[in-house]
Amino acid sequence: MSTPKPRTQFAIQSRILHWLMAVMLLAMLFIGVGMVASLGHYSLLVAIHRPLGIAILILALIRLVNRLCTNLPPFPPTMSRQERFLASSSEKLLYALMLILPLVGWGMLSAGHYPIVMSGPVHLPPILPANPMLYALLRQAHTVLAFLLFATFLAHLSAVLFHTLIIRDRLLDRMAIWPTRQRKKVKGDGV
Amino acid sequence: MSLLNLNQIPVSELPKTSLVARFIAVGAIVLGIAGLFLYIGGWLTPKRLTPAAIIDTFEKVNGAHPGFRRNHAKGVCVSGYFESNGRGIALSKAVIFRPGRVPVIGRFALAGGQPYVTDAPRTVRSMAILIQLPYSEEWRTGMNNIPVFPVRSAQAFRDQLIASALDPATGEPDPAKLKSFLAQYPETAKAMELINHRPISSGFENSTYNSLNAFRFINADGVVTPGRWSMIPVQPFTPIDIADPGKADKNYLFDALISAVHAHPLQWRLVISIGRPGDPTNDATIPWPPDREQVDIGTLTIDRIDSEDTSPARDINFDPLILPDGIAGSDDPLLSARSAAYSQSFTRREGEAKQPSAVSAAETEK
Repeated sequence: MSTPKPRTQFAIQSRILHWLMAVMLLAMLFIGVGMVASLGHYSLLVAIHRPLGIAILILALIRLVNRLCTNLPPFPPTMSRQERFLASSSEKLLYALMLILPLVGWGMLSAGHYPIVMSGPVHLPPILPANPMLYALLRQAHTVLAFLLFATFLAHLSAVLFHTLIIRDRLLDRMAIWPTRQRKKVKGDGV
Repeated sequence: MSLLNLNQIPVSELPKTSLVARFIAVGAIVLGIAGLFLYIGGWLTPKRLTPAAIIDTFEKVNGAHPGFRRNHAKGVCVSGYFESNGRGIALSKAVIFRPGRVPVIGRFALAGGQPYVTDAPRTVRSMAILIQLPYSEEWRTGMNNIPVFPVRSAQAFRDQLIASALDPATGEPDPAKLKSFLAQYPETAKAMELINHRPISSGFENSTYNSLNAFRFINADGVVTPGRWSMIPVQPFTPIDIADPGKADKNYLFDALISAVHAHPLQWRLVISIGRPGDPTNDATIPWPPDREQVDIGTLTIDRIDSEDTSPARDINFDPLILPDGIAGSDDPLLSARSAAYSQSFTRREGEAKQPSAVSAAETEK
C-alpha cells in the first residue's frame, strides 16, 4: 500500500455531514429557545423539536464513527499550537454535546412521564423511569448544555470568520462543498 | 498574541480601511446571530407574554405554593378504565375508538392556584385523565364543569387573572378592575353569563366535564371532523345546596367524591359533539348550538381514589395536546398556550420539594 497524499480537504462525507448538521443544530437551538418563550407556536415547535433531535442523535453517531475512521487535512500554518489545541478541544466538546443533548432530551421526557412522540403513531420507548426530581434536573441540564452548545458554536464561527476574512488563510476551503481556488489549482496541475 | 502565528499572517497586505470593514463584518455576523437568538428566546423583550409570564402571574396572584400545580392546585387522584363501544371508528382512526378496554389514571381538582382552599359550590371543578393506549400512545385531556371557557386568548387569560385577583383589604376582587376587564373583552362578559347560570351539581361525581376547546378527528380515509367532547355522568344530577355548603369540612366536595368511589364505581359517558361548517373552532368562549350531532363513544369507569401524596398522577402533566394519532388540536390558539403554560408549571413544580396534599391518604382510605 502506498502512502496516500496528505488531504487538503476533509473527506466528502465529512463535509456533507458538517454542513447538514450545522443547519440542523442551529435550527434546533433557535427552535428550542423559541418554543420555551412562545405560547402560540409552542405546540408546532415542540412537534418539530423532538424528531429533529432524534435525527441529530442518529447523524451524530454516524459522524462520530466517520470521524474515527477518516484522516483529517492538516491545520494551516497560520494556526499556533495553542490555537490548534483550542480547535481540537472545541471539536471534542461539539461532538459530545451533539450526542448528549438529544439523549438528555429523551431522558428528560422519559423522567417527566411524557410519551416520546416522533410522528403520528410512532413513539420511542422511555429510557429512564418516571421521576420528578430527575425530570427537573435533566430539564435544567438540557438548557445549560444547549447554551454551552450555542456558545461553542459562536466561538467556532468567530474563529473561522477571523481566519477567512481577516487572516485570509483559506481555512474554510478545508470544509468547502463548493468550488475553491485550491481545488481549481489542483485540477490545473492535472490531478 | 500567542494564539496566532503572527509571522504567517498576511494581515498587513490589506489596506487599513478594508481590514476595519472586515473586522466589522465578523463582529456583525457573530453578534447578529447571538442577538437573534436572544430575541427569539424573549430576553430582549421582557414585556412579551410568554409561558413563564403566565405562570409568574399565577404565582403573584396566589402566592408561592412550591410543589403544587400553579392552577387546579387542590386535587385528588383516581384510576379506572375506559371501555370503547366502537362507535367512534367512523370519526377517527385513533386506537381509542376500537372496541375494548384501556386503563385510565386521572385527577379531580378545583380551579385556582390555592392548594388548601376551602371547597366551595361555585368553584370550577375539573376532571383530567390520561387514557393509556397500546404502543405507548396516550390521550390526555383536562375538562371543566363549565359550558364555555371565559376567555379566547392567552392575553385575555392573563388579564383575567390580574383583574380577578383578590384585594387583600377586602378579600374580594376589585369591582372596578373587573368592570374594565369585561369592557375590554366583551366575549368574556357573554361567556360569564353562561358560566354563572350553569346548573351546578351536588359534587364532582355528578358533574359534566367539557373539553371546551375544539379538536379535529381524522378517520382512516383522512376525513377531518371538528369536535368538542364532554364527560356526562351516569350518576344522576342533583343540585348543590348553595346556601349551606360548608358543613365545617373544608374538603366536603372531595370527601363526598371519596365516599362515592368507595360505595360503587363511578361512570361517565364520553360524548363528542360534531361541529358543522361555521361552528367556531378557534373561540372557546362561544358554545356550539345544542342540536349538534352527539356521538357516544364509550364509558369511563373510576373505581379507585388516591391522595396526590401516593398517586403517580400528581406527576403527570395533563397537556391537552398529548393526543393519539387520529385526534389533533384545532386552530384554537388556547390549545398551544395551555400546552406551553402547563409545561412551565410542570417544570417548576417537579423541581420543588413536595408538600402534603390537602386531601391526604388517610382521607382517601376512609
